[in-house]
Amino acid sequence: MREPLIQFKNVYKSFGENHVLNGTDLSIYKGEIITIIGKSGGGKSVLLKHIIGLLEQDSGTILFEGCPVSDMNKAERKALKRKCSYMFQGTALFDSLTIYENIALPLKETTSLTGSEINRRVRDKMEQLDLHEIDEKYPSQLSGGMKKRVALARALITDPEIVLFDEPTTGLDPIRKKAVHKMISEYQQKFGFTGVVISHDIPDIFNISQRIAMLNDGRVLFEGSQDELSAASDPAIKEFIQGMEIRHEKMDCIPSLAEKGKLAGARAYAMPGQTGFSIILLHLDNLNEITLSQGPGASKAILNSFVSKAHDCIRNTDSCFFYGQDGILILLPGLSRDKAEIMCDRLISMINISDILEKEPISNFCLFASASFAEASSGNRPEEIIVGSEFKQSKKYKLSYCK
Amino acid sequence: MFRASSLIIPFTALGKGTIFITQEMGRIAIFFFKSLVLVFSRPFQIGKIIQQTYFIGTKSLFVICLTGGFTGMVLGLQGYYTLVKFGSTGFLGAAVALTLIRELGPVLTAIMVTGRAGSAMAAEVGIMRISEEIDALETMDINPIRFLVSPKLAATLISMPLLTALFDVVGILGGYLTGSVLLGISPGVYFTRIETSVVLEDVTGGFIKSIVFAAVIVTICCFQGYFTHTRTDGFGAKGVSNSTTSAVVISCVLILVTDYILTSFLL
Repeated sequence: MREPLIQFKNVYKSFGENHVLNGTDLSIYKGEIITIIGKSGGGKSVLLKHIIGLLEQDSGTILFEGCPVSDMNKAERKALKRKCSYMFQGTALFDSLTIYENIALPLKETTSLTGSEINRRVRDKMEQLDLHEIDEKYPSQLSGGMKKRVALARALITDPEIVLFDEPTTGLDPIRKKAVHKMISEYQQKFGFTGVVISHDIPDIFNISQRIAMLNDGRVLFEGSQDELSAASDPAIKEFIQGMEIRHEKMDCIPSLAEKGKLAGARAYAMPGQTGFSIILLHLDNLNEITLSQGPGASKAILNSFVSKAHDCIRNTDSCFFYGQDGILILLPGLSRDKAEIMCDRLISMINISDILEKEPISNFCLFASASFAEASSGNRPEEIIVGSEFKQSKKYKLSYCK
Repeated sequence: MFRASSLIIPFTALGKGTIFITQEMGRIAIFFFKSLVLVFSRPFQIGKIIQQTYFIGTKSLFVICLTGGFTGMVLGLQGYYTLVKFGSTGFLGAAVALTLIRELGPVLTAIMVTGRAGSAMAAEVGIMRISEEIDALETMDINPIRFLVSPKLAATLISMPLLTALFDVVGILGGYLTGSVLLGISPGVYFTRIETSVVLEDVTGGFIKSIVFAAVIVTICCFQGYFTHTRTDGFGAKGVSNSTTSAVVISCVLILVTDYILTSFLL
């Protein structure tokens, strides 16, 4: 059995009354990229700061190569610190130093390298990370994405064995996010460091991680591979992965975000290694009429209920979005069209209008829904498929409500 | 029960306050000694010390000359009109020089440096703390106290005696301007009295004071900035603003307190 490089054993940490880590157990193996996911404010950054020694645990043990960090003497701790590098959430670049000075700082202060050697290394790293002609600029003169890359360059300049990334892609556009993910992955393969990444980019981040750990209420709820995560049955895991925290009352704002396939497109692209994907576009045909006859509350409740039930029957790796004002888009990676149709039938069978409506409807009514299906290989552009699927209606459903 | 507990409240508050002050003093002392020891750690941070000396010393020259000049001029005026009542205006030079060298020079220079450089130190270190730059230094295995505080301490220890000396000289010239040029005391008498009444102990006393004040300013200002994140009266920008205010107020008060203590020992 592999020996973990870093191991948390029943670690507790509190800040006053705020118990951040509640018996955390976690193993980090050499040469892997492990992603830590979990709700914001759930103690992920605190966990990371324990690894590098910025924080000390209240109780429990943190082992480094089997040796408790708390038992280490000053020199050993210093050696451990030198093996690690930390990329801060807010970049933590020195505002009063130029970009060149920022990247060169760890080498200047902690090594006895000559000026020309430091210069060569810094130039190399800047070249590799596409940081051109910004040596003399200051961090405040750069965009958010560029700052992240400078922070990454600074974190990697000492060729560390362990790199801790605290939300490396937060605030970046999707293209830059992908670039940063690619960069982390490439560098990891090139230098073989152990990477610990905190990220909310689900599922994008899974592509570069060998293992995933989920932190919930200060405990590691899940630790394993992406496949194991997909198969996990724990409702808390399912809820987090599918972003279910927002599915009920707060869903009103989602339709505006889900402009024509934009969101779905991003997700579909982010599923490499899949053989293909199926799309279900479920359209509630007479939702406008129901709004007029039964009131806006009724139609909203029906739409929300469809999304809610859809989330219950899809897998963790599937995605479900509002599509326009009266549609739902379900993206099913690695699933054939036939199976998608079966899933849609199951979804419709789970809907019971009389349970959905909070107030008794004014009169009897029928809800007509039509489902379109499409199947595509991973090379296809999702936008085209979504547009195409609107013209390939293959199933109609009728749900009626009688007093 | 209620009466007993309400009687205890003032004593609890007093105890709490005493413990807090003692703890803070201990922390400040440790902070100072760490910064001082790290000034001499290798490799020496010569470049940073020169840079800080330029900021704390050279850039303060104008303000020190201005305040020194006017302080001397006021002393010249006040001294002349006091001494003229006793017919001993000849002692004006001695009065101005001794007041400046022994007291006003070190104290006013320290207060000016606190206002100009001390507040900047507190704000700079405070902002670095809240933007996680100090944490970043720790993760890079760079000692933040050595990197940030030690060069400032060394630079202030170098600059303060020189600035004080300059303050004294400009002040004496200010006194000459009002006493001799405006009010007609003979320049020869003015400077001879200075020469005969000022002894080396006066200069040494002023020098010691300026060194101690330098240590007080840097320690208090950097300490306030360094521990901005532990403040309970404000976070983020508010915390930095409170740290800067506390840094200036505490430094000025401590300068006057230590001045009294030092004077009582030096006399």
